[in-house]
Amino acid sequence: MKFSRIIANSGEWLSGDGPNRQIVVSSRVRLARNIRNKPFPGWAKKAERLEVMGLVKTAVEALPEMEESYSEPLESLSPLEKQVLVERHLISREHAAKAVGSAVVTNARQSLSVMINEEDHLRMQAICCGLQLGNVFDMINRVDSELESSLDFAFDSHLGYLTACPSNVGTGMRASAMLHLPALVMSDQINKIINSVNKIGLAVRGLHGEGTEAMGNLFQVSNQTTLGETEEEIIGRLNRVIEQIIEHEQNARALLSQRKPVTLHDQIGRAYGILCHAFSMSSKEALNLLSVIKLGIDLDVFPEAHRFPVDELFIETQPAHLQKGAQVQKMSSEERDTLRATIIRAKLNQMPGPDMTRLKISVPTATSKQ
Amino acid sequence: MQCDVCHAKEATVFLTQIVDGKMQKVNLCESCSKEKGVNDPTGFALADLLLGIGDSQQIEKNPASVKCPVCGFTQADFKKTGRLGCSHCYTVFDDGIAPMLKNMHKGTAHTGKTPAKFHMTRQRGEKLKSLQDNLSKAVAAEEFEKAAELRDQIRLLEAEPV
Ligand SMILES: [Zn+2]
Ligand SMILES: [Zn+2]
Repeated sequence: MKFSRIIANSGEWLSGDGPNRQIVVSSRVRLARNIRNKPFPGWAKKAERLEVMGLVKTAVEALPEMEESYSEPLESLSPLEKQVLVERHLISREHAAKAVGSAVVTNARQSLSVMINEEDHLRMQAICCGLQLGNVFDMINRVDSELESSLDFAFDSHLGYLTACPSNVGTGMRASAMLHLPALVMSDQINKIINSVNKIGLAVRGLHGEGTEAMGNLFQVSNQTTLGETEEEIIGRLNRVIEQIIEHEQNARALLSQRKPVTLHDQIGRAYGILCHAFSMSSKEALNLLSVIKLGIDLDVFPEAHRFPVDELFIETQPAHLQKGAQVQKMSSEERDTLRATIIRAKLNQMPGPDMTRLKISVPTATSKQ
Repeated sequence: MQCDVCHAKEATVFLTQIVDGKMQKVNLCESCSKEKGVNDPTGFALADLLLGIGDSQQIEKNPASVKCPVCGFTQADFKKTGRLGCSHCYTVFDDGIAPMLKNMHKGTAHTGKTPAKFHMTRQRGEKLKSLQDNLSKAVAAEEFEKAAELRDQIRLLEAEPV
């Protein structure tokens, strides 16, 4: 499959449906695996990396899940193409920095991807829309079980799966969910939430920044430890915390719409006005304003039909996607800002202005405590 | 505020983690946070960064001369990179790694998934060992008929493809 075909369609996690999808953008599970007694990628010589890559790539491409897939050594991708894959969450920034001896394999739906020779020989991930960490784990777990029949994974009966960094040993698993939390940010509660989640050994981070600086009000919650608990226990713990965060966000939304309808109206109206009429826009401004529009759709202020186009803009306005779309290898940030504004204006052209009379007012649940 | 990694540039990324009741704060500048992969939210690098600071010294409990026979990795290399050389390094540097893992994780033993192959190999090994023990006992007790039967079972098991 060609790179252009991957690019033509957005990943299933963006367009699909899933539980709690208004607040939980996506669920993702990554597993780290290594081949027994082969030097880890960071320590291996070029020839050793190439040998492992050949071995792993063949095994991964043979998976039934990868029947229709995109598989490419990283050195044959341009920096721009690598960046597009990063913006789609298919590879990590660290992986994009690699060249000879590393590769990426992803299925056509972009729900599964395998990074070969990142920090570990394999980092495989499954990603889905909404909150469904259990299903996502099942998906990647199946792939792992299929691969273990053809690859000799480094496994120790006491320490579990052995990884390049001791912090990933055991399950080798990172499970995470991307959450959209505009109301918790607007009502200054987000740092309190972040601190309390951190206290129980889970990590919360802004997608493109920290705390209230998080762009687009997008946050990632993930497990920090990998040894001493089963995969199910880790996911169960994560799920319970995420459900609580969802409840807090819903309460914050209800409080805003009840007690500060003018502020809410004003913010949504301004976001709409600027997005529809600006001629130059930074990535940060775009993400923050789009977040407010997304909230508006959740609150019925905009028609539901506009959800997908708005969600798409979160990805399409990222620097590499802009440039790839324009078929240009090099572009100044001013040129990008202009193009970004143009794309947003065109996409929101069909969207009506906010209708605040339709504002959904829900009552905060009584059981919730902040 | 200064960056904790390069101690030169102004920190713009602030991370707070509480592990084992201890608060750990890391402040990073833009370029160090990029280099450490902090911008990739599900990246593994954050945990490494937070948990790895101060931990890499512990592997020094191994004498300096110890070298992994499989990949040639030494403790000095670990100090430099915070990563190990290959899966066998875990056996070689076990004394140093064990206390580090205790600080990093919820437990010290893996309780999660086990590869099916490993499961079968282990079961097979255990079964083989018990048959061999019984064989020795049978021979010692001069129960030759039983011994012959056990020997056949062992041969059969050994002939099975793994
Ligand atoms: Zn720095
Ligand atoms: Zn080694």
